[in-house]
Amino acid sequence: MSKTVEEKKEVTIVFAGDSGDGIQLTGTQFTNTNALFGNDVSTFPNYPAEIRAPQGTLAGVSGFQLQFGSVEVSTPGDVCDVLVAMNAAAFKVNLSRLKKNGTVIVNTDGFNARNLKLADYENNPLEDGTLDDYRTIPIDVSKMTRMALVDSGLGKKEIDRSRNMFVLGFLYYMYNRDLKATETFIREKFSKSPDLVEANLKVLKAGYNFADTSETFTSRYNVKAAQLAGGEYRNIMGNQATALGLIAASQKAQRDLFYGSYPITPASDILHELARHKNFGVKTFQAEDEIAAICTVIGASFGGQLGVTASSGPGIALKGEAIGLGIMLELPMVVINVQRGGPSTGLPTKTEQSDLLQAFYGRNGEAPMPIISASSPSDCFASVFEACRIAIEHMTPVFFLSDGYIANGSEPWKFPKAEELKVIRSKTWDPKENETYQPYLRNLDLVRSWVTPGMKGGEHRIGGLEKEDVTGDVSYDPDNHEKMVEIRRDKVAKIADSIPLQQVDHGAESGDLLVLSWGSTFGVVKTAVKGACDQGMKVGHVHLKYLNPFPKNLQSLLKAYKKVIIPEMNQGQLLKIIRSEFLIDAKGLNKVKGIPFTAEEILKRIEEEVTQ
Amino acid sequence: MSKLESNEAVLTAKDFSTDQDVRWCPGCGDYSILKQVQSIMPEIGRKKEDIVFVSGIGCSSRFPYYMDTYGMHSIHGRATAIASGLKSSRPDLSVWVITGDGDALSIGGNHLIHMLRRNFDLNVLLFNNEIYGLTKGQYSPTSPEGKVTKSTPIGSIDHPFNPLKLCLGADATFIARTMDRDPKHQRAVLLRGSQHVGTSMIEIYQNCNVFNDGAFEVFTDKQSKAEEVLILEQGQPLRFGADQQKGIRLDAGKPEIVSLDEYSADDLWVHDEHNKFKAQLLTTFFDNPSIEGHLPRPFGIFYSEDRYRYEDAMSEQLDYAREQKGEGDLDKILRGSNVWKV
Repeated sequence: MSKTVEEKKEVTIVFAGDSGDGIQLTGTQFTNTNALFGNDVSTFPNYPAEIRAPQGTLAGVSGFQLQFGSVEVSTPGDVCDVLVAMNAAAFKVNLSRLKKNGTVIVNTDGFNARNLKLADYENNPLEDGTLDDYRTIPIDVSKMTRMALVDSGLGKKEIDRSRNMFVLGFLYYMYNRDLKATETFIREKFSKSPDLVEANLKVLKAGYNFADTSETFTSRYNVKAAQLAGGEYRNIMGNQATALGLIAASQKAQRDLFYGSYPITPASDILHELARHKNFGVKTFQAEDEIAAICTVIGASFGGQLGVTASSGPGIALKGEAIGLGIMLELPMVVINVQRGGPSTGLPTKTEQSDLLQAFYGRNGEAPMPIISASSPSDCFASVFEACRIAIEHMTPVFFLSDGYIANGSEPWKFPKAEELKVIRSKTWDPKENETYQPYLRNLDLVRSWVTPGMKGGEHRIGGLEKEDVTGDVSYDPDNHEKMVEIRRDKVAKIADSIPLQQVDHGAESGDLLVLSWGSTFGVVKTAVKGACDQGMKVGHVHLKYLNPFPKNLQSLLKAYKKVIIPEMNQGQLLKIIRSEFLIDAKGLNKVKGIPFTAEEILKRIEEEVTQ
Repeated sequence: MSKLESNEAVLTAKDFSTDQDVRWCPGCGDYSILKQVQSIMPEIGRKKEDIVFVSGIGCSSRFPYYMDTYGMHSIHGRATAIASGLKSSRPDLSVWVITGDGDALSIGGNHLIHMLRRNFDLNVLLFNNEIYGLTKGQYSPTSPEGKVTKSTPIGSIDHPFNPLKLCLGADATFIARTMDRDPKHQRAVLLRGSQHVGTSMIEIYQNCNVFNDGAFEVFTDKQSKAEEVLILEQGQPLRFGADQQKGIRLDAGKPEIVSLDEYSADDLWVHDEHNKFKAQLLTTFFDNPSIEGHLPRPFGIFYSEDRYRYEDAMSEQLDYAREQKGEGDLDKILRGSNVWKV
């Protein structure tokens, strides 16, 4: 039977189920297929800290939200058009995010008496009028899957595990998408068990065909390819982009990459990704603890390699003393913080812009350090590459800040060619210029040279004790100490000469209100500021990549607007720094809930500020 | 070990000393160790620029400043971890860790055991003076029970570590003990350690004449030395005492002191540094010398074993990856496997 096709500019879908339901995989597959089709996409995986939280409970709900569109998509969406709920708990946790008149696809088998009890439902929401404002598509996914695989010879447990493919197939039909990419994925993933390949392919098709033949809906949806800038694209997740950025920097600096780290959520995927690329000379070292991780990196940097470590807030706290040593030694290294909800163990799988102040000030003594942040999953590549460049060219540890939202989110990436990337050059010692090597002799940027073991005549000793200017000998001289503190400060400040001036990302170059942001809020702030501009407000958006030092023109940009607001997923960390640095009355917009802002929340505040 | 190239000038101990004033207290045991280390350097077959000394924090950790090689005076307890990173990334270097009982066994205990199990080819000199010297006299993890110090005015209630037993427990591939006051023995042990391919863990009894003077006197004093010190020599029976008239015999797996008036040397335990079980037993010769009938304290090489080095295995994996996938192609991984064109 023929169905009409309805055009959509953008669609937001939330997949939700038990953490064992394969939700993340389903979401990722749907994302990849849409990205390959040419949509712009943005994703937000949201899952519990427990690997297998008790089945069917509210705490065990795993979610994957994505927005895809034929227009530019900057966020995973504020509210969703479609909610796919595999059980009552998943339904309950996510219903508030569904638009009025939105579509909810429910697995009815996940709403039995036990499921309802676990989700604290007294009545079945599918029957009590809860869904009156929505379009509901009830499907007994479990039964359908079992019927499809009745002759497969697989056990019930294995059969049930492929339920997610039924849902995926169903959505592929609904949005007019090809099954090919997912079919290829299934063949690769289960290449060792042909039975499972067969079963998953069958269920995927069963879902697709069911959507076609059942009279579930009268129209299909079409989301055309987006008008992205011309070029070649791939889909990429934040942590993956970070890993690739590190490899690229190592290649461009002609220094092997040494990556020492201790597993921690949400940073571990960088380690996993890098461990797959040993053919680039990448050395991954899973250390015994966070302190050892940074210390092995210091050892590797002293040995002349690009030393990098990554962690999240609690791990960074443990590394603090050693980072201070790195600052004192003036050796290049990159410290990555994939931020999560804090303090202490906090919310390991939830996002927060938790540690900007830790990056700025979290060390003993006067210990300035450059800080770079990423604004989106694909931006991790260029930003961490830049962090490596600054580390090597300016001989200093550099912080690179990502967060859980960026790390696990994904989007299309117009990837660069290797030859387009900047070459990274280190400062070395030339015996012809200075016969005796002096470890703390500096160039005009106050950068010392990187002389590593094996270089004849360059033998020298460095350490954590204060050292004499130029010679590097241990020194307790009061004037020398003050001088060295100033040198280390000025060295970091001078990096401002080698970074681009700050641009206004969107909106007015001056006017009533500046929205100043950093890190993963980029997409929502951009969407909100666009909305405000469309309404005719004189609002600008400045998004900072460089947090220390700031771009040289930041002050004049800040002064070009009557008001400044700074939205942050913390209690106002950049706000404190901006207020103290520039003496302006900037205001914060803060959200510390472990989930990102919605564009709506920011737009509302913009409207208030502008109309006040 | 690679031989020095023939056109290199022959180095002497003096070539390894720096222009820095040595700032240990006069009479400190560290001077003797510095001298012996400098004296073996020309014999280890490595160029000066390929040698790195890494230390943590403590009196002993000043050591790298006095060695004219590459060096790093790092932070408390972490020299072992820093050396692990250095050796993983630069297997070509000769790496020496200088540490003390507080640095290695207290604040840095975790890194020590993990470094040992990984068996990097590096050398660790653990200066054990059974006291915190740099912080002016608190008890350390090797101080004996009852030790009266500034922080334990009524005596320490901490049971001390037996460092070599701990190291063997962490599967160290080379453990040895020597002392500051016996330069000849120290020199021989240091040289053997430098030749061991793997982590050589050398505990050096070192006298702190300011805060813990005489801690090891029974092992160094002429009067008591013969009765208290058991020198281990490969293939030789365990003998000690004045005129070497005492020996250690294994009686059903239990070590006992026997007199050679009653037993012949053939009845004695013959030292075999490749025997792990006997090495474990030897590390338990750790009695307080004031106890009646205690066993003498062994010095020398307890154990050595050839086991794969972490850095070698790491390099092999890189080679394997290159064999399997070819040399890394940046454009290829930037593209990934699912590309679309706009």
